[in-house]
Amino acid sequence: MRKWLVEQEFVAERDVDRCINCSVCVRQCANDVHLVDEETGCVLSDSQSCVGCHRCTTLCPTKALTIKSAPQEFRENANWTADRIQGIYKQAEGGGILLAGMGNDRPWPVLWDNMVLNASQVTNPSIDPLREPMELTTYLGRKPDRIELESDGNGGVSLKTQLAPQLKLAIPIMFSAMSYGSISYNASLALARAAQAMGTFANTGEGGLHKDFRQYAGNMIVQVASGRFGVDVDYLNIASAVEIKIGQGAKPGIGGHLPAEKVDAQISATRMIPEGSDALSPAPHHDIYSIEDLRQLIFALKEATRYTKPISVKISAVHNVAAIASGCVRAGADIVAIDGFRGGTGAAPLVIRDNVGIPIEVALAAVDTRLREEGIRNQASIVAAGSFRSSGDVIKAIALGADAVYIGTAALISMGCHLCQKCYTGKCNWGIATQDSRLTKRLNPEVGTRRLTNLLRGWSLEIKEMLGGMGINAIESLRGNREHLRGVNLSDRELNILGIKAAGE
Amino acid sequence: MKRIFAREELCIGCRLCEIHCMVQHSRSRRILTAMLHEKDILTPRVKVQESGQLTFALQCRHCERPRCMEACMTGAITRDPATGIIKHDEKRCVGCWMCVMNCHCGAIVPGRESHVASKCDLCAGSDTPACVANCPNEALIFEER
Repeated sequence: MRKWLVEQEFVAERDVDRCINCSVCVRQCANDVHLVDEETGCVLSDSQSCVGCHRCTTLCPTKALTIKSAPQEFRENANWTADRIQGIYKQAEGGGILLAGMGNDRPWPVLWDNMVLNASQVTNPSIDPLREPMELTTYLGRKPDRIELESDGNGGVSLKTQLAPQLKLAIPIMFSAMSYGSISYNASLALARAAQAMGTFANTGEGGLHKDFRQYAGNMIVQVASGRFGVDVDYLNIASAVEIKIGQGAKPGIGGHLPAEKVDAQISATRMIPEGSDALSPAPHHDIYSIEDLRQLIFALKEATRYTKPISVKISAVHNVAAIASGCVRAGADIVAIDGFRGGTGAAPLVIRDNVGIPIEVALAAVDTRLREEGIRNQASIVAAGSFRSSGDVIKAIALGADAVYIGTAALISMGCHLCQKCYTGKCNWGIATQDSRLTKRLNPEVGTRRLTNLLRGWSLEIKEMLGGMGINAIESLRGNREHLRGVNLSDRELNILGIKAAGE
Repeated sequence: MKRIFAREELCIGCRLCEIHCMVQHSRSRRILTAMLHEKDILTPRVKVQESGQLTFALQCRHCERPRCMEACMTGAITRDPATGIIKHDEKRCVGCWMCVMNCHCGAIVPGRESHVASKCDLCAGSDTPACVANCPNEALIFEER
């Protein structure tokens, strides 16, 4: 049967009064939407394969193009919405699992938008960050239960307690794990350089560390995931920290699959797998079936790195996240990264991306509360991940109990990503989620680095402004300080789980 | 002197440089007017060279020893002593195309309709040439080397 039931999702509208037939759109679209009519020399569009990535509209020099949602509407039905019907048509034609890239796009409530921050008025002074120093420096890693000081007899005091290894972040924002393979060489390079420029960390993801990026290892966290790609003792020792990836917010309980066609010579060398072979990450680590097993891996990595680096465990936010995080800390994790269900991915089954896991807001609050109740909150730092859209979300997460956050989608958007969610096709027109050399050169790593750096700088300035408004001069003083948050339009139960009061209380 | 350098590893082959070059050297200098009504008489002075995936924008190199200038029989091509820019005076040009034949990188082309040669003038008078300013991937840089 012909593929004729699936309706086009977008329509590329061309204003013929503005189109100069320059063919820029034709050359930019990897989906072959635009074409030159050979007879007339005019540029035309066939929107059937348009993914709505806006590459053509952005580069069109006369702004003659507009991408709109396809005007063809399905018969109105509150239950059978267009995307559900389209999904069935696609599966009826293809018979496979529907895939999607980036994060959950369903209209789930975003609880950050139900939380508001405090500010100083009259009875306590606010601080002007332009006049007074504001401290955003954050240390990630195990903190001692108590500290002992030693006097040298001459009035000098030194620290007697041996501190566990710490990651020093100039700003409490890091780049999430995105593997070289899922994103391009240039995108990975831009992330590494921006992390170095801003004194924070990028995360290799599970795809290993390219030899060219080793020079940025002082600002890189390396991942050990279920596929163990690119892991050797040098990889572990060159990094600033090692992260065991148990789960990913976009696809909890699911492994990964980098298709063979993306595994070129460079990726093959970085992942240490044969060129042109599928890179399959199993859903579980086959050596981890319990907290005790996790402890073995954590300590194997600590041994391999001679106890000089913090070991992080990244889990997706699922129903029992608090208990799981507690187990991770007791297993020896120095950092627990929690990835909420709106976190992004290069490819995930659509049904899993959109339905599995819990929001980071509640997961973070639950974990922070649980670790405090158990008296082990100091033993590990909490890194929250899963769709931080602005500095407002970041500062609310810190007030809820996060030590730092990971940003992935926001970082990609700053480099040009337009969230078309087609990362899994390998045809990213923005040169980010692709290995096609015609497309990857569209992302100039210098431009990418500059844009990422600007984003982090902008957010850190905003965080300082908000901290100053609250009368706080160090991010440390806000961490887990839920008194600075109030909930709006939240149920008692949600307020209770978030551990915040309602607005007006 | 400052010259335009192409970074072929970053050139995405969009040819926006050609379009903005034409607009810059049009009468109206407005993209719609230029490209819809003046296009027939406009010649891009920068040309994107393409071979498979390799693309880069090429324009006059403003050579130390300009073969075009040596070949020009009317003295239409001169070097600006102050800036070093190899200039082309369209009023003196007779369209013999000796410069076109002599340029070793094919950066001078016969103008469309105009019957005079057309070459890059580094957008004389502006700080940044239009092709450099409008390259979406910063694949063209204007600098002294």
